[in-house]
Amino acid sequence: MENLYPPIVDGKSVYDLDSQKYLKMWQGPQHPGVTGNMSLELDISGDQVVKCKAHVGYLHRGFEKLMERRRYINCFPIVCRICVPEPDTNEYLFAAAMEDLLGLDIPERAKWLRTLNLELSRLASFVMWLGGQSGAFGMGTVAQWCLAHRDYVLDLFEEWTGARIYHMYMTPGGVRGGLPEGWDAHAEKVLDGIYKLLDEIRHVMFNNAIFKQRAKGLGVITPDMFDRFGIVGPNVRGSGSTRDIRKDTPYLIYDQLDFEAVTEQGGDVYARAKVRWREVYQSIDLIRQILKNMPRKGPLHITLPNVLHLKVPAGETYVRAESTRGEYGYYMVSDGSEYPRKVTVRGPSYTHAMALLEHLAVGVNTADVAGLMVSLHTYPPEIER
Amino acid sequence: MMRLQDILSPFYVWKRAFEKPFSIAVLSAPRPGSPTYRGFHQNDIDKCIGCGTCAEICQNVSIDMVPVKEAQDGDSGLRPRIDYGRCCWCALCVDICPTGSLTMSNAYTWVEEGLDRDVRETYCYTPGADPQPWDDEALGYRKPEGYELLHLERVPMPHLAPGERLNSFVEMVKGYSHELAVQEADRCIQCGICTATCPAHMNIPAYIKAIREDKIAEGLKILYETNPLPGVCGRICTRRCEDVCALSHRGEAISIRWLKRYLTDCASAEDYKALLESEIKPLDRKIAIIGAGPGGLSAAYYLAGMGYAVEIFEQNAAAGGMLRYGIPEYRLPYTKLDQDVAQIAALGVKFNYNACIGRDLSFDDLYNRFDAVFVSVGMFEPYRIGIPGDDNAKVISGLQLLSDVTNGVPVDLGRRVVVVGGGNVAMDAARTAKRLGCEVTVLYRRREVDMPADVEEIEEAREESVNFIFQAIPLEIKTADDGSLSFDWGKAEMVQQKPGERPQPILIEGSRENIAADTIIAAIGQGVNYLWMDGEASAKIELKKFRVQADRWGRTADTKIFIGGDMFNPTADAITAIADGHRSARAIDKMLNPPREN
Ligand SMILES: Cc1cc2nc3c(=O)[nH]c(=O)nc-3n(C[C@H](O)[C@H](O)[C@H](O)COP(=O)(O)OP(=O)(O)OC[C@H]3O[C@@H](n4cnc5c(N)ncnc54)[C@H](O)[C@@H]3O)c2cc1C
Ligand code: SF4
Ligand code: SF4
Repeated sequence: MENLYPPIVDGKSVYDLDSQKYLKMWQGPQHPGVTGNMSLELDISGDQVVKCKAHVGYLHRGFEKLMERRRYINCFPIVCRICVPEPDTNEYLFAAAMEDLLGLDIPERAKWLRTLNLELSRLASFVMWLGGQSGAFGMGTVAQWCLAHRDYVLDLFEEWTGARIYHMYMTPGGVRGGLPEGWDAHAEKVLDGIYKLLDEIRHVMFNNAIFKQRAKGLGVITPDMFDRFGIVGPNVRGSGSTRDIRKDTPYLIYDQLDFEAVTEQGGDVYARAKVRWREVYQSIDLIRQILKNMPRKGPLHITLPNVLHLKVPAGETYVRAESTRGEYGYYMVSDGSEYPRKVTVRGPSYTHAMALLEHLAVGVNTADVAGLMVSLHTYPPEIER
Repeated sequence: MMRLQDILSPFYVWKRAFEKPFSIAVLSAPRPGSPTYRGFHQNDIDKCIGCGTCAEICQNVSIDMVPVKEAQDGDSGLRPRIDYGRCCWCALCVDICPTGSLTMSNAYTWVEEGLDRDVRETYCYTPGADPQPWDDEALGYRKPEGYELLHLERVPMPHLAPGERLNSFVEMVKGYSHELAVQEADRCIQCGICTATCPAHMNIPAYIKAIREDKIAEGLKILYETNPLPGVCGRICTRRCEDVCALSHRGEAISIRWLKRYLTDCASAEDYKALLESEIKPLDRKIAIIGAGPGGLSAAYYLAGMGYAVEIFEQNAAAGGMLRYGIPEYRLPYTKLDQDVAQIAALGVKFNYNACIGRDLSFDDLYNRFDAVFVSVGMFEPYRIGIPGDDNAKVISGLQLLSDVTNGVPVDLGRRVVVVGGGNVAMDAARTAKRLGCEVTVLYRRREVDMPADVEEIEEAREESVNFIFQAIPLEIKTADDGSLSFDWGKAEMVQQKPGERPQPILIEGSRENIAADTIIAAIGQGVNYLWMDGEASAKIELKKFRVQADRWGRTADTKIFIGGDMFNPTADAITAIADGHRSARAIDKMLNPPREN
């Protein structure tokens, strides 16, 4: 394989296109094998990728810039749209950054409800991802099961927050409402279903000879790459690291929950899938713990000054949370006015989908590129904001 | 290492072939949204006041305010129209709605048939005004209890304690500090419903914004655009703006009056001087104004600002009218009034004091010497109680007491004082008597809720231990053996005589009670004095039911004569007099239409 690589001159690979050994192939921006609108420019030789260049920009909506022209409260309905499958991390972090600069502490009950919301959202995102990963290796059936079960989670969100996808639930200062009557029972039913689904996935995916064959040894992340590529979340935990914001710097009420960071050793696609599959079990367990221990009475929101003229004291802050893709961060700068001066969103997909993927894709069979890409669990909308 | 199990395991999927599918083959019935679903909007059109706060918060600019009803006090007549091509269903509009009229149904499907509508109209409607199937839907999103985007409680105003107040006539309201004022100003949603209701149409949201941004000089300028007595009004205004404040529907109105006061209190002498800097081009026209009450002062300020030579004729020795001789100093310090008057005088207005028209000078003289006359003589003829014995020398009027105190005339009310009446004059008289060390009882014909006096004043009078007797009809005043007064009154019952009208107090047969007093103060209203209408010039003026007739510009049958203030408007408060003065000033200018170089 070694000789397939183009020669390096001045740190750049040089192609001898006349050699007819190389072909350019685009995967994306519209392609069933990408995780959203981005594209991979693959240089291939035979079946093997010799170079991968990630191109993004197809989903740029200018949210960060828009926020500079909007009152804080008007940013609240925007931020969730930064990431479609798991919008709630954005809601939480935007609110948390604001609350940090304002020096506000939200009511205890709101903290529990926010945590519940975040875990439920992680659950939905992971379940959908499991479908995506299996689909990328040709197992469409699992994908359909997973999407169905994600929809049941969306039902729960709908019942609780009044919306399926963009919940717009964590307003700065607290949350918008408590759990409706009967919700716990519905949730238990859905969790139960997912619990069974996980077992089915074990049979069909993890014990599947083809999946094993293709996923094991593919896209191996080694410890020396962790910091070089800024690897976080299940991507790093699949290589034995215990990095998990929920444990390392607990926020909300994560320190009151009983759990351990999930790790696997292989560092390959298979190990990462295993981590996520196990984290679904973990999420189910955490949700059950929250429902059991959560205070059911008490305020949900603190009294804010009129949000139309709410000024945030000058300063800057960086807040972070563990999304399904790992460390998600909001860097907020206020100049003391009614508008945020700058909000920068750190989506973990940025490094994973670009630098890391470009690195890992080299040498991979073109047929496995989709599976590799999904295994890094990247969401292009959070790369571009 | 591959195991046999790994080859067989995937066939597990076949198990599903015998189970119920997740998907639904045919959507037989529409699936309703969850009970709190954020679906299409509903609006209680009668509760909505058209404040536009929903449109203000909508970051998608989905909401246009469109005319649906006739505008009236506290209601712009506009209603939100929502464009579902833009709406993202965030429901911030519902959350912030100050009246709570806006909600959401759980309906989320809407099929638009045909394309005969303008595309810009497609998926747009005005909830509550354009009927929709989900109008009466009980389910859907409502703002949860205890969660507010608005700040509904007022920033409390620091007051002197009741005990402290009674020792002197020192102003009892202390005023907002910078911090408190900004906090209160932050509560404002800038809808402007107040501006429409304020008789002077003061640009309230704009000056509140100036406070928020700490632009005092700018705020002061905004005040003077429509009100040349802001220091006064910031203390004693009847503040009808606050009655209609959008926030008053679910919470407490913005303290508009106190914010105005804050601006005038912290404006510097330079800020006041800066207002006089713009150059006034003098006109060759002279205007006479009778009465230096708020009506006359306001007309004088705006006319002088336009370049007219203005002279005020006032029978008293100082300006202010009822502001000085009626309202007691603990509510409005004379220094504040003096400051506002000085600002008006600085424009070149000439004040002629001790000049009573009809006594010291004739109206004909003014009429002939000036190009127009504005009359705002107020109402200062107190009504009598109208019962046997009310001509006793110890029965005085509220106005008498108040003006004596202003003038520094020593008053001896004795120990026990009974005040008859339920308006602001009664409250001022009672609380003034209290400050003079008397025991005070207020007798009022109707119930407490019917009292025309400001609720705040009633409350404060109570704090100062003024006693109240309600539904009490005066019957007779006699002199007791010890020379004091014996006041007979009877209990009344409230009788609804005609449906829709307010109930009338009717004396209960045979009821007769007695209260002893050293002084009785009548504060049951006052009438206009017509001393000024002497000579020939005023002969054209029409009177109807003892009131001078004029059009909405205050113009009488003689187009050179304009009137305003208490003698003209039915609300009889300072701000309406000020508005009248401003309005007549503009009308006079229009009528005279003097030549002006640009
Ligand atoms: C005790 C009391 C408390 C009040 N409290 C409030 C309050 O809290 N808030 C509020 O908004 N309003 C209050 N008012 C009402 C308010 O003071 C009047 O509505 C307002 O002053 C009316 O202004 P005006 O210009 O019409 O008349 P006035 O203020 O009555 O002024 C008329 C002026 O004309 C002069 N005048 C009369 N006849 C002649 C003449 N022939 N020649 C020359 N001069 C003449 C008078 O001396 C007087 O100075 C109160 C009134 C009283 C009596
Ligand atoms: S915020 Fe409420 S009251 Fe104001 S216009 Fe909108 S619907 Fe009407
Ligand atoms: S729900 Fe949100 S986007 Fe829709 S009209 Fe209301 S504020 Fe605007």
